[in-house]
Amino acid sequence: MHNLTIAELVKVLQSKEFTSVELTQHFLDRIGSLDSAYNAVITVTAEQALKAAAAADQRLAAGNAPDLCGVPILHKDIFCTDGVRTSCGSKMLDNFIPPYNATVVENFEQAGAVVLGKTNMDEFAMGSSNETSFYGPVKNPWATDSVPGGSSGGSAAAVAARLAPGATATDTGGSIRQPAALCGVSGIKPTYGRVSRWGMIAFASSLDQGGPMARTAEDCALLLNCMASYDDKDSTCIDREVPDYTATLNSSVKGLRIGVPKEYFSEGLHPGTEKAVRSALADLEAQGAELVEISLPNSALSVPAYYVIAPAEASANLSCFDGSRYGYRCEDPADLQDMYCRSRAEGFGEEVQRRILIGTYCLSAGYYDAYYGKAQQVRQLIQQDFVSAFENVDLIMGPTCPSPAFKAGSKGDDPVAMYLEDIYTIATNLAGLPGMSIPCGMVEDKPVGLQIIGNYFDEARILNAAHQYQQTSDWHTQAPEGIA
Amino acid sequence: MSWDTVIGLEIHVQLATKTKIFSGASTAYGAEPNTQACAIDLAMPGTLPVLNKQAVNYAIMFGLAIDAEIGQVSAFERKNYFYPDLPKGYQTTQLEKPIVGRGNVEIQLADGSSKIVRIHHAHLEEDAGKSLHEGNFNSSFSGIDLNRAGTPLIEIVSEPDMSNAEEAIAFAKKIHSIVTSIGICDGEMSQGSMRFDVNVSVKPSGSDTLGTRTETKNLNSFKFMEEAIKREVARQIDVIEDGGTIAQETRLYNGETKVARSMRSKEEANDYRYFPCPDLLPVVVSDEQVEELRRNLPELPDARQARFVEQYELSEYDAGILSSDAAMANYFETATSACKNPKLAANWTMGELSARLNSQDLSIGNSPVSAEQLAGLIVRIADNSISGKMAKEVFEAIWDGEGSADEIIEARGLKQVSDSGALEQMVVDVLTANQAMVDDYINTDEAKRKKKLGGFMGKIMQASKGQANPQQVNQILAQKLNELL
Repeated sequence: MHNLTIAELVKVLQSKEFTSVELTQHFLDRIGSLDSAYNAVITVTAEQALKAAAAADQRLAAGNAPDLCGVPILHKDIFCTDGVRTSCGSKMLDNFIPPYNATVVENFEQAGAVVLGKTNMDEFAMGSSNETSFYGPVKNPWATDSVPGGSSGGSAAAVAARLAPGATATDTGGSIRQPAALCGVSGIKPTYGRVSRWGMIAFASSLDQGGPMARTAEDCALLLNCMASYDDKDSTCIDREVPDYTATLNSSVKGLRIGVPKEYFSEGLHPGTEKAVRSALADLEAQGAELVEISLPNSALSVPAYYVIAPAEASANLSCFDGSRYGYRCEDPADLQDMYCRSRAEGFGEEVQRRILIGTYCLSAGYYDAYYGKAQQVRQLIQQDFVSAFENVDLIMGPTCPSPAFKAGSKGDDPVAMYLEDIYTIATNLAGLPGMSIPCGMVEDKPVGLQIIGNYFDEARILNAAHQYQQTSDWHTQAPEGIA
Repeated sequence: MSWDTVIGLEIHVQLATKTKIFSGASTAYGAEPNTQACAIDLAMPGTLPVLNKQAVNYAIMFGLAIDAEIGQVSAFERKNYFYPDLPKGYQTTQLEKPIVGRGNVEIQLADGSSKIVRIHHAHLEEDAGKSLHEGNFNSSFSGIDLNRAGTPLIEIVSEPDMSNAEEAIAFAKKIHSIVTSIGICDGEMSQGSMRFDVNVSVKPSGSDTLGTRTETKNLNSFKFMEEAIKREVARQIDVIEDGGTIAQETRLYNGETKVARSMRSKEEANDYRYFPCPDLLPVVVSDEQVEELRRNLPELPDARQARFVEQYELSEYDAGILSSDAAMANYFETATSACKNPKLAANWTMGELSARLNSQDLSIGNSPVSAEQLAGLIVRIADNSISGKMAKEVFEAIWDGEGSADEIIEARGLKQVSDSGALEQMVVDVLTANQAMVDDYINTDEAKRKKKLGGFMGKIMQASKGQANPQQVNQILAQKLNELL
């Protein structure tokens, strides 16, 4: 059951080969028996899930149920779920039970999808290894001594370990694509404004974007069909019709112009990763796509610009966590100042505090122009690089990250090394473009991700190319040892 | 040594929108604490702001009223600081690109002159909640009421163009008059609908160099503002004349205790770390939108004053007072249209009614006597049904809720006797009953006789229980006495 894709589950549920309750129980059992090895799920909502599954079965029996009706999924614990603890991976929100649903959660609920629980993540989505979670690190199902990537490491590991056929995730600097790559699953970060941010706890508002993870591009298309919507509760959400992303999956890639940025194949890229990515590009070329070498000259500036802008926004976004209205409050505060200082010092982990301090510093009087102002200018340049590139190509492809999953604990003391993990993914967030990662090989028995970047609102084209690649490759069907 | 005073004002005006600037929660005043604060106002995780378009329109209307540049693209920034009544830990406001640019406001002064005060800009922002440090809370706790959090404000920033308290008050009153006239603010000062921050400095007379300024924050009445300015000017002059220097600081003035104190010095000032708010798109204002608002802009106070002089033949002075407060102007016009007597309506609105409202600290919007009720009273004064003295009694009764003027006149039997036959009989009866007084009158020198009339009048009014029409009695009395000479 757990090896079926979402597309296949949709068929068997609609044909009533088995029920959503059976399916839901199966995945709940898997989480119960296997997740102790991965720590991918923070909260399991078994009771609600079985209730939702029973309701889904009724809808399915009545006919005309939406595609995802009865399909079990997991939500990243950054999406607010009405009545269910939403921790954002932090001690700060360990006791936080939202009285409202994120729009993304609402969309899946309307479609009749069944929520199995909430996935682990780096605290407040800040991290690339899922080691900053208050609930402990997530293990990579392909090699449990290695990281799953982050911040959506719980979602990626859960999908890789077949604890759920699909999961929601978010991507601020690579937090969908990098863990998808490291865990050998498919994940897409849509165009900024495609998926509502309402109820999605903010890290860096101008960069955050929700998106789905699943094993195949086709499943991502099915999930994105439901996840993407215009939402007047999010002023940055764009009012534009959501196409049926599955409709164009089978188009040929013949004549597709694929830009290959030379900056993405430079120093620091693992030779094994490069080989796998180039081989995938060759496969697409063999299907009739055209490879075009391009340049994104300001790529090297993306990490420094990001690590000014994202912490700056985060420093303000996280000010609401002050111990006064919800979340963690320190014991016996002496006065207001003490309550603020200790609640935040005790409630936030080290990486979150580091980024709040960096952001606060960058916005301070006398430093604003040199840091935040400059970073915004760099952001414009990076965006311009892509705009120019897309005048000549349809998609841009390269590695998702420089190397396969690294050993847990190996970069914990070196934040900059950790930040460089996202060197190929950050630029798309700064530009607001959609990007995807799909499995394209194995190095040292760990998965490698191919990154596909599209023009604004060109998710359908990305998913089409990914799906076509997956028609002639089987990396996405492989399972970690002991899983299948 | 003589000194020049330099004053600039920052005025916070609460906009009269039904809902908050970034959420759908109600802005109504006076609800139970924290019953008008939704998840957005509470800064619950994952919530996002959506800009209230009416607040934008109101800000533009203010810009049009002061002939200002309207920002075609304005933007919101986050102003970061921690305080319990600021749930997000930042205030969403405008800094670099305010919606209203430079404009001008003309003020009238007591000596009849007028003066232009330049507006530097006006921007949109959200109000904070309220911290309650007294009442039910013991010394170690404060209460937080977030009903006000997210109420839309425009902050109007003037140039330092005022040179004494009189000018500052005239300016503040003019802004009050403008925002209430165009209906973007209810003008209820006691509810905090308008609050003033006053920047004051002094310099030697004629000097080109500005002195160090202090800012006295959060004054919510014209009276307190006047006191605060006068005290601060005197304090600064004292400090300098004693050889001291003025510290740049933020000060508070307590209008109840008349005590001013320093709140924080420049060194203690926050670094607010402003940056563009990524949750809100820039506000783009189209020419069509501005023109639409310009076409529908309600009458401004200056135009209204001119119209009152023209249409109702009021004096410039009366028209100025009535048009300075939109609620008062509306009251006056409603009363006038009902009683067709602008002069009396103006006198009663500015006189008896205003005095009573002031003494009870009520705004005209909350007047116990409606404009229609006042008009009813004026009709009876004008047709001589009641005397001026009776009118005051009737007014009191209307104030106390006893009904309309006619109902009260009827119930109390106050109707003035104007029937000349009845009055003549009354005069004759009094003269007959007071022969000694009549004799005295006849024997008095002609020049001094007039003084004796009061005695008869008193007797007649007493006999009529005050209901005799005095003008008519006067006439009849003079005639009857003449006949006896």
